[in-house]
Amino acid sequence: MTALTVEGVTKAFGTKTVLAGIDLRVADHEVVCLIGASGSGKSTLLRCIDLLEPIDEGQILLGDEDISAPGVDEDVVRRRLGIVFQGFNLFPHLSVLQNVTLGPRKALRVPRADAEARAHDLLARFGLGDKAGEHPDKLSGGQQQRVAIVRSLAMKPEVLLLDEITSALDPELIGEVLDVIRELRSAGMTMVLATHEMGFAREIADQVHFLDQGRIIESAPPAELFSTPKQERTRQFLQRILDARRL
Amino acid sequence: MTQTVEDAPPELTPRQRYARRQRRRSIVVAAASTLVVATLLVAVVVRAPGWEEVKASFFDGDRFRESFAEIAPAFKLNVRVFLIAEACILVFALLLAVARSSRAPALFPVRVLATVYVDLFRGVPVLLVLFLLGFGVPALRLEGVTNDPVFWATVALILSYSAYVSEVYRAGIDSVHESQRSAARAVGLTSTQSLRFVVLPQAVRRVIPPLLNDFIALQKETALVGVLGPIEAARRAQIYSSRTFNFTSYVAAALIFLAITIPLTRLTDWLLARQRRRTMAGGPA
Repeated sequence: MTALTVEGVTKAFGTKTVLAGIDLRVADHEVVCLIGASGSGKSTLLRCIDLLEPIDEGQILLGDEDISAPGVDEDVVRRRLGIVFQGFNLFPHLSVLQNVTLGPRKALRVPRADAEARAHDLLARFGLGDKAGEHPDKLSGGQQQRVAIVRSLAMKPEVLLLDEITSALDPELIGEVLDVIRELRSAGMTMVLATHEMGFAREIADQVHFLDQGRIIESAPPAELFSTPKQERTRQFLQRILDARRL
Repeated sequence: MTQTVEDAPPELTPRQRYARRQRRRSIVVAAASTLVVATLLVAVVVRAPGWEEVKASFFDGDRFRESFAEIAPAFKLNVRVFLIAEACILVFALLLAVARSSRAPALFPVRVLATVYVDLFRGVPVLLVLFLLGFGVPALRLEGVTNDPVFWATVALILSYSAYVSEVYRAGIDSVHESQRSAARAVGLTSTQSLRFVVLPQAVRRVIPPLLNDFIALQKETALVGVLGPIEAARRAQIYSSRTFNFTSYVAAALIFLAITIPLTRLTDWLLARQRRRTMAGGPA
Protein backbone atom coordinates (compact mmCIF):
# COMPACT_ATOMS: atom_id res chain seq x y z
CA MET A 1 0.00 0.00 0.00
CA THR A 2 1.08 3.55 -0.65
CA ALA A 3 1.13 5.62 2.53
CA LEU A 4 1.82 8.96 0.95
CA THR A 5 1.76 10.26 -2.61
CA VAL A 6 2.96 13.66 -3.80
CA GLU A 7 2.09 14.51 -7.39
CA GLY A 8 3.32 17.53 -9.34
CA VAL A 9 3.48 19.77 -6.29
CA THR A 10 4.69 23.32 -6.84
CA LYS A 11 5.13 26.08 -4.31
CA ALA A 12 6.40 29.64 -4.62
CA PHE A 13 7.00 32.25 -1.94
CA GLY A 14 6.28 35.46 -3.83
CA THR A 15 8.32 35.21 -7.02
CA LYS A 16 10.72 32.64 -5.61
CA THR A 17 9.89 29.10 -6.71
CA VAL A 18 10.73 26.68 -3.92
CA LEU A 19 9.10 23.50 -5.21
CA ALA A 20 9.07 23.13 -8.99
CA GLY A 21 7.01 20.01 -9.49
CA ILE A 22 7.68 17.28 -6.94
CA ASP A 23 6.58 13.65 -7.37
CA LEU A 24 7.14 11.32 -4.46
CA ARG A 25 5.69 7.99 -3.43
CA VAL A 26 6.16 6.48 0.02
CA ALA A 27 4.99 2.92 0.70
CA ASP A 28 3.72 1.73 4.07
CA HIS A 29 6.60 1.07 6.51
CA GLU A 30 9.04 2.64 4.10
CA VAL A 31 11.74 5.10 5.19
CA VAL A 32 12.51 7.79 2.66
CA CYS A 33 15.33 10.32 2.96
CA LEU A 34 15.41 13.69 1.25
CA ILE A 35 18.90 15.08 0.75
CA GLY A 36 20.11 18.25 -0.89
CA ALA A 37 21.68 21.61 -0.13
CA SER A 38 20.04 24.19 2.13
CA GLY A 39 17.30 25.93 0.18
CA SER A 40 16.69 22.99 -2.13
CA GLY A 41 13.12 22.69 -0.85
CA LYS A 42 13.33 19.73 1.58
CA SER A 43 11.80 21.55 4.55
CA THR A 44 9.16 23.27 2.46
CA LEU A 45 8.11 19.93 1.00
CA LEU A 46 7.64 18.45 4.47
CA ARG A 47 5.73 21.52 5.66
CA CYS A 48 3.51 21.31 2.57
CA ILE A 49 2.78 17.63 3.20
CA ASP A 50 1.71 18.51 6.78
CA LEU A 51 -0.48 21.30 5.29
CA LEU A 52 1.45 23.92 7.25
CA GLU A 53 2.08 25.65 3.91
CA PRO A 54 -0.53 25.76 1.13
CA ILE A 55 0.66 24.32 -2.18
CA ASP A 56 0.17 26.13 -5.49
CA GLU A 57 -0.38 23.16 -7.77
CA GLY A 58 -0.47 19.39 -7.58
CA GLN A 59 -1.92 16.85 -5.21
CA ILE A 60 -0.99 15.22 -1.93
CA LEU A 61 -2.60 11.91 -1.01
CA LEU A 62 -2.54 10.27 2.40
CA GLY A 63 -3.39 6.65 1.71
CA ASP A 64 -5.77 7.17 -1.21
CA GLU A 65 -7.38 10.29 0.20
CA ASP A 66 -6.61 13.64 -1.41
CA ILE A 67 -5.62 15.86 1.53
CA SER A 68 -4.78 18.84 -0.67
CA ALA A 69 -8.31 19.11 -2.07
CA PRO A 70 -10.18 22.29 -1.26
CA GLY A 71 -12.60 21.86 1.63
CA VAL A 72 -10.53 19.23 3.43
CA ASP A 73 -10.39 19.88 7.19
CA GLU A 74 -6.67 20.53 7.65
CA ASP A 75 -6.79 20.07 11.41
CA VAL A 76 -8.13 16.54 10.94
CA VAL A 77 -5.39 15.74 8.42
CA ARG A 78 -2.64 17.04 10.72
CA ARG A 79 -3.84 14.67 13.42
CA ARG A 80 -2.97 11.77 11.12
CA LEU A 81 0.55 13.05 10.33
CA GLY A 82 3.45 13.79 12.63
CA ILE A 83 6.16 16.37 12.02
CA VAL A 84 9.31 17.01 14.03
CA PHE A 85 11.15 20.27 13.51
CA GLN A 86 14.82 21.16 13.43
CA GLY A 87 14.38 23.54 16.38
CA PHE A 88 12.35 21.08 18.53
CA ASN A 89 9.61 23.72 19.08
CA LEU A 90 8.58 22.25 22.42
CA PHE A 91 6.06 24.31 24.39
CA PRO A 92 8.29 26.01 27.00
CA HIS A 93 5.46 26.75 29.43
CA LEU A 94 4.41 23.11 29.69
CA SER A 95 6.08 20.13 31.34
CA VAL A 96 7.34 17.25 29.21
CA LEU A 97 4.23 15.24 30.05
CA GLN A 98 1.94 18.14 29.16
CA ASN A 99 3.83 18.69 25.90
CA VAL A 100 3.20 15.08 24.95
CA THR A 101 -0.45 14.90 26.06
CA LEU A 102 -1.67 18.27 24.74
CA GLY A 103 -2.42 17.01 21.22
CA PRO A 104 -4.11 13.74 22.21
CA ARG A 105 -6.18 15.42 24.91
CA LYS A 106 -7.31 18.53 23.05
CA ALA A 107 -7.30 17.41 19.41
CA LEU A 108 -8.18 13.71 19.76
CA ARG A 109 -10.22 14.15 22.98
CA VAL A 110 -8.46 11.24 24.66
CA PRO A 111 -9.30 11.19 28.39
CA ARG A 112 -6.50 12.63 30.49
CA ALA A 113 -5.65 9.41 32.33
CA ASP A 114 -5.35 7.44 29.07
CA ALA A 115 -3.29 10.16 27.39
CA GLU A 116 -0.92 10.32 30.36
CA ALA A 117 -0.56 6.57 30.61
CA ARG A 118 0.39 6.39 26.95
CA ALA A 119 2.74 9.35 27.28
CA HIS A 120 4.52 7.69 30.21
CA ASP A 121 4.89 4.49 28.15
CA LEU A 122 6.35 6.36 25.20
CA LEU A 123 8.68 8.46 27.36
CA ALA A 124 9.94 5.35 29.12
CA ARG A 125 10.48 3.59 25.79
CA PHE A 126 12.79 6.38 24.64
CA GLY A 127 14.71 6.76 27.89
CA LEU A 128 12.84 9.81 29.11
CA GLY A 129 10.85 8.11 31.87
CA ASP A 130 12.30 10.32 34.60
CA LYS A 131 11.77 13.57 32.68
CA ALA A 132 7.97 13.65 32.57
CA GLY A 133 7.70 16.40 35.18
CA GLU A 134 10.54 18.57 33.87
CA HIS A 135 10.16 21.66 31.76
CA PRO A 136 11.92 21.68 28.37
CA ASP A 137 14.54 24.25 29.41
CA LYS A 138 15.91 21.74 31.94
CA LEU A 139 16.68 19.20 29.21
CA SER A 140 19.63 18.82 26.86
CA GLY A 141 19.07 19.41 23.16
CA GLY A 142 19.05 15.69 22.47
CA GLN A 143 16.48 15.08 25.20
CA GLN A 144 14.34 17.93 23.90
CA GLN A 145 14.35 16.52 20.40
CA ARG A 146 13.45 13.05 21.72
CA VAL A 147 10.53 14.62 23.59
CA ALA A 148 9.47 16.35 20.37
CA ILE A 149 9.50 12.97 18.59
CA VAL A 150 7.47 11.41 21.41
CA ARG A 151 5.03 14.33 21.18
CA SER A 152 4.45 13.46 17.52
CA LEU A 153 4.22 9.73 18.21
CA ALA A 154 1.57 10.32 20.87
CA MET A 155 -0.79 11.25 18.04
CA LYS A 156 -0.25 7.78 16.49
CA PRO A 157 0.64 9.27 13.10
CA GLU A 158 0.30 7.26 9.90
CA VAL A 159 3.42 8.96 8.54
CA LEU A 160 6.16 10.72 10.50
CA LEU A 161 7.88 13.68 8.85
CA LEU A 162 11.31 14.61 10.25
CA ASP A 163 12.77 17.95 9.24
CA GLU A 164 16.54 17.97 9.81
CA ILE A 165 16.00 16.91 13.37
CA THR A 166 19.69 16.67 14.24
CA SER A 167 20.89 19.89 12.60
CA ALA A 168 20.50 22.01 15.74
CA LEU A 169 22.22 19.50 18.01
CA ASP A 170 25.74 19.33 19.39
CA PRO A 171 27.59 16.47 17.66
CA GLU A 172 27.72 14.31 20.79
CA LEU A 173 23.92 14.47 21.14
CA ILE A 174 23.06 13.40 17.59
CA GLY A 175 23.49 9.70 18.30
CA GLU A 176 20.74 9.45 20.90
CA VAL A 177 18.23 11.02 18.51
CA LEU A 178 19.26 8.81 15.59
CA ASP A 179 18.82 5.77 17.86
CA VAL A 180 15.17 6.77 18.27
CA ILE A 181 14.74 6.80 14.49
CA ARG A 182 16.41 3.39 14.20
CA GLU A 183 13.99 1.99 16.73
CA LEU A 184 11.00 3.54 14.96
CA ARG A 185 12.16 2.01 11.72
CA SER A 186 12.36 -1.44 13.21
CA ALA A 187 8.86 -0.90 14.63
CA GLY A 188 7.65 -0.28 11.08
CA MET A 189 6.98 3.45 11.20
CA THR A 190 6.58 5.10 7.81
CA MET A 191 8.95 8.06 7.75
CA VAL A 192 10.11 10.86 5.49
CA LEU A 193 13.36 12.47 6.67
CA ALA A 194 15.01 15.60 5.41
CA THR A 195 18.60 15.17 6.55
CA HIS A 196 22.20 16.30 6.25
CA GLU A 197 23.46 13.11 7.90
CA MET A 198 24.54 11.19 4.80
CA GLY A 199 25.93 8.26 6.76
CA PHE A 200 22.64 7.90 8.56
CA ALA A 201 20.59 8.25 5.38
CA ARG A 202 22.69 5.50 3.84
CA GLU A 203 22.06 3.24 6.82
CA ILE A 204 18.37 3.82 7.38
CA ALA A 205 16.72 4.78 4.09
CA ASP A 206 14.91 2.44 1.73
CA GLN A 207 14.94 5.17 -0.88
CA VAL A 208 16.94 8.40 -1.13
CA HIS A 209 15.81 11.41 -3.14
CA PHE A 210 18.22 14.17 -4.07
CA LEU A 211 16.57 17.59 -4.32
CA ASP A 212 18.02 20.51 -6.20
CA GLN A 213 16.24 23.81 -6.84
CA GLY A 214 12.85 22.45 -5.96
CA ARG A 215 13.07 19.29 -8.06
CA ILE A 216 13.87 15.69 -7.31
CA ILE A 217 16.88 15.18 -9.56
CA GLU A 218 17.68 11.62 -8.66
CA SER A 219 16.03 8.82 -6.68
CA ALA A 220 17.59 5.48 -5.83
CA PRO A 221 18.19 3.08 -2.96
CA PRO A 222 20.98 4.50 -0.79
CA ALA A 223 23.67 2.00 -1.77
CA GLU A 224 23.20 2.96 -5.39
CA LEU A 225 22.72 6.72 -4.98
CA PHE A 226 25.71 7.22 -2.71
CA SER A 227 28.17 4.96 -4.58
CA THR A 228 27.16 5.47 -8.19
CA PRO A 229 25.19 8.69 -8.55
CA LYS A 230 23.97 9.10 -12.10
CA GLN A 231 23.44 12.85 -12.21
CA GLU A 232 26.29 15.32 -12.34
CA ARG A 233 24.67 17.59 -9.74
CA THR A 234 24.22 14.70 -7.31
CA ARG A 235 27.91 13.85 -7.72
CA GLN A 236 28.92 17.47 -7.10
CA PHE A 237 26.73 17.68 -3.99
CA LEU A 238 28.10 14.44 -2.51
CA GLN A 239 31.63 15.54 -3.35
CA ARG A 240 31.13 18.84 -1.52
CA ILE A 241 29.89 16.95 1.54
CA LEU A 242 32.93 14.68 1.44
CA ASP A 243 35.28 17.65 1.08
CA ALA A 244 33.64 19.45 3.98
CA ARG A 245 34.08 16.40 6.19
CA ARG A 246 37.77 16.23 5.42
CA LEU A 247 38.35 19.78 6.70
CA MET B 1 26.19 30.37 46.76
CA THR B 2 26.09 29.09 50.34
CA GLN B 3 27.77 25.95 49.16
CA THR B 4 30.69 27.77 47.63
CA VAL B 5 31.11 29.82 50.77
CA GLU B 6 31.27 26.68 52.90
CA ASP B 7 33.57 24.87 50.56
CA ALA B 8 35.79 27.86 49.87
CA PRO B 9 39.18 27.88 51.54
CA PRO B 10 39.50 30.67 54.13
CA GLU B 11 42.26 32.36 52.17
CA LEU B 12 41.28 34.32 49.10
CA THR B 13 43.45 34.61 46.05
CA PRO B 14 45.01 38.06 45.47
CA ARG B 15 42.55 38.57 42.61
CA GLN B 16 39.54 37.80 44.84
CA ARG B 17 40.91 40.11 47.54
CA TYR B 18 41.25 42.85 44.95
CA ALA B 19 37.66 42.32 43.70
CA ARG B 20 36.36 42.42 47.25
CA ARG B 21 38.25 45.67 47.99
CA GLN B 22 36.75 47.18 44.85
CA ARG B 23 33.24 46.14 45.88
CA ARG B 24 33.65 47.65 49.34
CA ARG B 25 35.02 50.83 47.85
CA SER B 26 31.99 51.30 45.58
CA ILE B 27 29.62 50.84 48.52
CA VAL B 28 31.49 53.49 50.54
CA VAL B 29 31.52 55.89 47.58
CA ALA B 30 27.77 55.41 46.96
CA ALA B 31 26.93 55.99 50.62
CA ALA B 32 29.10 59.10 50.86
CA SER B 33 27.68 60.71 47.71
CA THR B 34 24.10 60.01 48.85
CA LEU B 35 24.82 61.66 52.17
CA VAL B 36 26.32 64.74 50.51
CA VAL B 37 23.40 65.17 48.08
CA ALA B 38 20.78 64.67 50.79
CA THR B 39 22.49 67.17 53.12
CA LEU B 40 22.69 69.74 50.33
CA LEU B 41 19.00 69.31 49.43
CA VAL B 42 17.85 69.65 53.03
CA ALA B 43 20.10 72.65 53.55
CA VAL B 44 18.76 74.40 50.47
CA VAL B 45 15.10 73.77 51.36
CA VAL B 46 15.36 74.53 55.07
CA ARG B 47 17.36 77.73 54.53
CA ALA B 48 14.98 79.00 51.85
CA PRO B 49 13.36 82.32 52.84
CA GLY B 50 9.82 80.88 52.66
CA TRP B 51 10.57 77.61 54.46
CA GLU B 52 8.79 78.51 57.69
CA GLU B 53 5.52 79.28 55.86
CA VAL B 54 5.81 76.15 53.67
CA LYS B 55 6.51 74.05 56.73
CA ALA B 56 3.44 75.40 58.49
CA SER B 57 1.09 74.92 55.53
CA PHE B 58 2.41 71.61 54.12
CA PHE B 59 4.08 69.78 56.98
CA ASP B 60 2.01 70.52 60.03
CA GLY B 61 2.13 67.49 62.35
CA ASP B 62 -1.31 67.97 63.94
CA ARG B 63 -2.99 68.74 60.64
CA PHE B 64 -1.33 65.67 59.20
CA ARG B 65 -2.73 63.36 61.87
CA GLU B 66 -6.16 64.95 61.61
CA SER B 67 -6.41 64.89 57.80
CA PHE B 68 -4.89 61.42 57.58
CA ALA B 69 -7.71 60.09 59.73
CA GLU B 70 -10.23 61.63 57.31
CA ILE B 71 -8.52 60.62 54.06
CA ALA B 72 -7.68 57.03 54.92
CA PRO B 73 -11.35 55.89 54.99
CA ALA B 74 -12.00 57.76 51.73
CA PHE B 75 -9.12 55.84 50.16
CA LYS B 76 -11.22 52.68 50.41
CA LEU B 77 -13.22 54.01 47.47
CA ASN B 78 -10.03 54.32 45.40
CA VAL B 79 -9.09 50.76 46.24
CA ARG B 80 -12.55 49.48 45.37
CA VAL B 81 -12.63 51.26 42.01
CA PHE B 82 -9.09 50.09 41.31
CA LEU B 83 -9.80 46.43 42.05
CA ILE B 84 -13.04 46.27 40.07
CA ALA B 85 -11.57 48.20 37.12
CA GLU B 86 -8.42 46.08 37.08
CA ALA B 87 -10.33 42.80 37.00
CA CYS B 88 -12.54 44.02 34.13
CA ILE B 89 -9.60 45.48 32.20
CA LEU B 90 -7.61 42.25 32.37
CA VAL B 91 -10.46 40.37 30.69
CA PHE B 92 -11.73 43.03 28.28
CA ALA B 93 -8.25 43.99 27.07
CA LEU B 94 -7.41 40.35 26.41
CA LEU B 95 -10.55 40.00 24.29
CA LEU B 96 -9.56 43.14 22.36
CA ALA B 97 -6.03 41.87 21.79
CA VAL B 98 -7.26 38.49 20.60
CA ALA B 99 -9.73 40.21 18.27
CA ARG B 100 -6.95 42.35 16.80
CA SER B 101 -4.60 39.38 16.40
CA SER B 102 -7.21 37.17 14.71
CA ARG B 103 -6.35 36.11 11.18
CA ALA B 104 -9.52 34.47 9.91
CA PRO B 105 -11.02 36.45 7.00
CA ALA B 106 -14.50 36.07 8.51
CA LEU B 107 -13.32 37.99 11.56
CA PHE B 108 -12.19 41.02 9.54
CA PRO B 109 -15.02 43.26 10.88
CA VAL B 110 -14.12 42.29 14.44
CA ARG B 111 -10.51 43.19 13.75
CA VAL B 112 -11.51 46.58 12.34
CA LEU B 113 -13.83 47.32 15.26
CA ALA B 114 -11.15 46.44 17.78
CA THR B 115 -8.60 48.59 15.96
CA VAL B 116 -10.93 51.58 15.82
CA TYR B 117 -11.75 51.12 19.49
CA VAL B 118 -8.11 51.10 20.53
CA ASP B 119 -7.29 54.14 18.39
CA LEU B 120 -10.22 56.03 19.85
CA PHE B 121 -9.75 55.33 23.52
CA ARG B 122 -5.99 55.65 23.47
CA GLY B 123 -6.38 59.05 21.83
CA VAL B 124 -8.93 60.64 24.14
CA PRO B 125 -7.89 61.91 27.60
CA VAL B 126 -9.33 59.76 30.40
CA LEU B 127 -10.75 62.91 31.99
CA LEU B 128 -12.91 63.60 28.92
CA VAL B 129 -14.24 60.03 28.80
CA LEU B 130 -15.06 60.43 32.46
CA PHE B 131 -17.03 63.64 31.87
CA LEU B 132 -18.80 62.26 28.80
CA LEU B 133 -19.99 59.15 30.62
CA GLY B 134 -20.45 60.63 34.09
CA PHE B 135 -22.50 63.62 32.98
CA GLY B 136 -23.74 62.42 29.58
CA VAL B 137 -25.37 59.11 30.46
CA PRO B 138 -27.39 60.39 33.46
CA ALA B 139 -28.56 63.30 31.26
CA LEU B 140 -30.17 60.78 28.92
CA ARG B 141 -32.49 59.78 31.80
CA LEU B 142 -32.64 56.22 30.55
CA GLU B 143 -34.89 53.90 32.47
CA GLY B 144 -33.15 51.16 34.41
CA VAL B 145 -29.71 52.68 33.85
CA THR B 146 -27.83 53.75 36.94
CA ASN B 147 -26.75 57.34 37.47
CA ASP B 148 -24.18 56.32 40.06
CA PRO B 149 -21.08 58.44 39.29
CA VAL B 150 -18.77 55.83 40.82
CA PHE B 151 -20.14 53.28 38.38
CA TRP B 152 -19.64 55.52 35.34
CA ALA B 153 -16.22 56.65 36.52
CA THR B 154 -15.17 53.01 36.82
CA VAL B 155 -16.54 52.30 33.35
CA ALA B 156 -14.58 55.24 31.96
CA LEU B 157 -11.35 53.93 33.49
CA ILE B 158 -12.06 50.45 32.14
CA LEU B 159 -12.74 51.74 28.62
CA SER B 160 -9.61 53.90 28.49
CA TYR B 161 -7.18 51.54 30.15
CA SER B 162 -8.36 48.48 28.22
CA ALA B 163 -7.16 50.18 25.06
CA TYR B 164 -3.65 50.51 26.50
CA VAL B 165 -3.57 47.11 28.12
CA SER B 166 -4.79 45.39 24.95
CA GLU B 167 -1.73 46.76 23.17
CA VAL B 168 0.49 45.29 25.86
CA TYR B 169 -1.20 41.92 25.41
CA ARG B 170 -0.87 42.19 21.64
CA ALA B 171 2.86 42.82 21.91
CA GLY B 172 3.03 39.65 24.00
CA ILE B 173 1.06 37.64 21.46
CA ASP B 174 3.29 38.89 18.64
CA SER B 175 6.41 37.99 20.62
CA VAL B 176 5.54 34.29 20.66
CA HIS B 177 7.48 32.81 17.77
CA GLU B 178 5.58 31.54 14.74
CA SER B 179 7.20 28.13 15.20
CA GLN B 180 5.18 27.67 18.39
CA ARG B 181 2.00 28.07 16.38
CA SER B 182 3.32 25.59 13.79
CA ALA B 183 4.10 23.08 16.53
CA ALA B 184 0.63 23.48 18.00
CA ARG B 185 -1.04 23.03 14.62
CA ALA B 186 1.24 20.05 13.94
CA VAL B 187 -0.21 18.13 16.91
CA GLY B 188 -3.65 18.67 15.44
CA LEU B 189 -4.84 21.66 17.47
CA THR B 190 -7.23 24.07 15.77
CA SER B 191 -6.11 27.68 15.50
CA THR B 192 -8.34 28.63 18.43
CA GLN B 193 -6.88 25.82 20.55
CA SER B 194 -3.35 26.83 19.50
CA LEU B 195 -4.03 30.36 20.68
CA ARG B 196 -5.59 29.25 23.93
CA PHE B 197 -3.21 26.49 25.01
CA VAL B 198 0.08 27.52 23.42
CA VAL B 199 0.27 31.19 22.41
CA LEU B 200 -1.69 33.03 25.12
CA PRO B 201 -0.15 31.31 28.15
CA GLN B 202 3.32 32.27 26.91
CA ALA B 203 2.24 35.77 25.86
CA VAL B 204 0.60 36.61 29.18
CA ARG B 205 3.60 35.41 31.17
CA ARG B 206 5.88 37.70 29.21
CA VAL B 207 3.77 40.83 29.64
CA ILE B 208 3.13 40.63 33.38
CA PRO B 209 5.72 43.32 34.23
CA PRO B 210 4.40 45.88 31.70
CA LEU B 211 0.84 45.03 32.78
CA LEU B 212 1.74 45.85 36.38
CA ASN B 213 3.20 49.09 35.13
CA ASP B 214 -0.15 50.09 33.65
CA PHE B 215 -1.90 49.13 36.86
CA ILE B 216 0.31 51.42 38.89
CA ALA B 217 -0.82 54.23 36.61
CA LEU B 218 -4.44 53.10 36.97
CA GLN B 219 -4.17 53.11 40.75
CA LYS B 220 -3.22 56.81 40.65
CA GLU B 221 -5.93 57.65 38.12
CA THR B 222 -8.64 56.51 40.53
CA ALA B 223 -8.25 60.04 41.94
CA LEU B 224 -10.13 61.21 38.83
CA VAL B 225 -13.32 59.63 40.17
CA GLY B 226 -13.52 62.65 42.44
CA VAL B 227 -14.26 65.04 39.58
CA LEU B 228 -17.71 63.49 39.20
CA GLY B 229 -18.52 64.15 42.85
CA PRO B 230 -17.80 60.96 44.80
CA ILE B 231 -15.41 61.67 47.62
CA GLU B 232 -12.28 59.59 47.26
CA ALA B 233 -8.92 60.23 48.89
CA ALA B 234 -7.68 63.15 46.78
CA ARG B 235 -11.05 64.86 46.86
CA ARG B 236 -11.23 64.40 50.63
CA ALA B 237 -7.79 65.98 50.93
CA GLN B 238 -8.98 68.92 48.86
CA ILE B 239 -12.04 69.38 51.06
CA TYR B 240 -9.91 69.29 54.19
CA SER B 241 -7.53 71.79 52.68
CA SER B 242 -10.23 74.30 51.75
CA ARG B 243 -11.74 74.00 55.20
CA THR B 244 -8.51 74.63 57.08
CA PHE B 245 -6.50 76.70 54.58
CA ASN B 246 -3.71 74.20 55.04
CA PHE B 247 -2.13 71.91 52.42
CA THR B 248 -0.81 69.19 54.73
CA SER B 249 -3.76 67.00 53.73
CA TYR B 250 -2.35 66.75 50.18
CA VAL B 251 0.90 65.40 51.55
CA ALA B 252 -1.07 62.90 53.60
CA ALA B 253 -3.06 61.80 50.52
CA ALA B 254 0.15 61.49 48.50
CA LEU B 255 1.67 59.24 51.16
CA ILE B 256 -1.42 57.02 51.15
CA PHE B 257 -1.17 56.57 47.37
CA LEU B 258 2.55 55.87 47.66
CA ALA B 259 1.87 53.15 50.20
CA ILE B 260 0.24 51.17 47.39
CA THR B 261 2.17 52.27 44.32
CA ILE B 262 5.71 51.89 45.66
CA PRO B 263 5.34 48.22 46.60
CA LEU B 264 3.74 47.61 43.19
CA THR B 265 6.64 49.39 41.49
CA ARG B 266 9.20 47.35 43.37
CA LEU B 267 7.34 44.16 42.49
CA THR B 268 7.40 45.15 38.82
CA ASP B 269 11.13 45.85 38.94
CA TRP B 270 11.76 42.55 40.64
CA LEU B 271 9.71 40.64 38.07
CA LEU B 272 11.50 42.41 35.22
CA ALA B 273 14.90 41.64 36.71
CA ARG B 274 13.94 38.01 37.16
CA GLN B 275 12.72 37.81 33.58
CA ARG B 276 15.97 39.34 32.34
CA ARG B 277 18.02 36.85 34.36
CA ARG B 278 16.05 33.96 32.88
CA THR B 279 16.41 35.21 29.34
CA MET B 280 20.13 35.72 29.83
CA ALA B 281 20.46 32.24 31.30
CA GLY B 282 19.17 30.94 27.99
CA GLY B 283 15.84 29.80 29.34
CA PRO B 284 12.73 30.11 27.23
CA ALA B 285 12.53 33.76 26.35
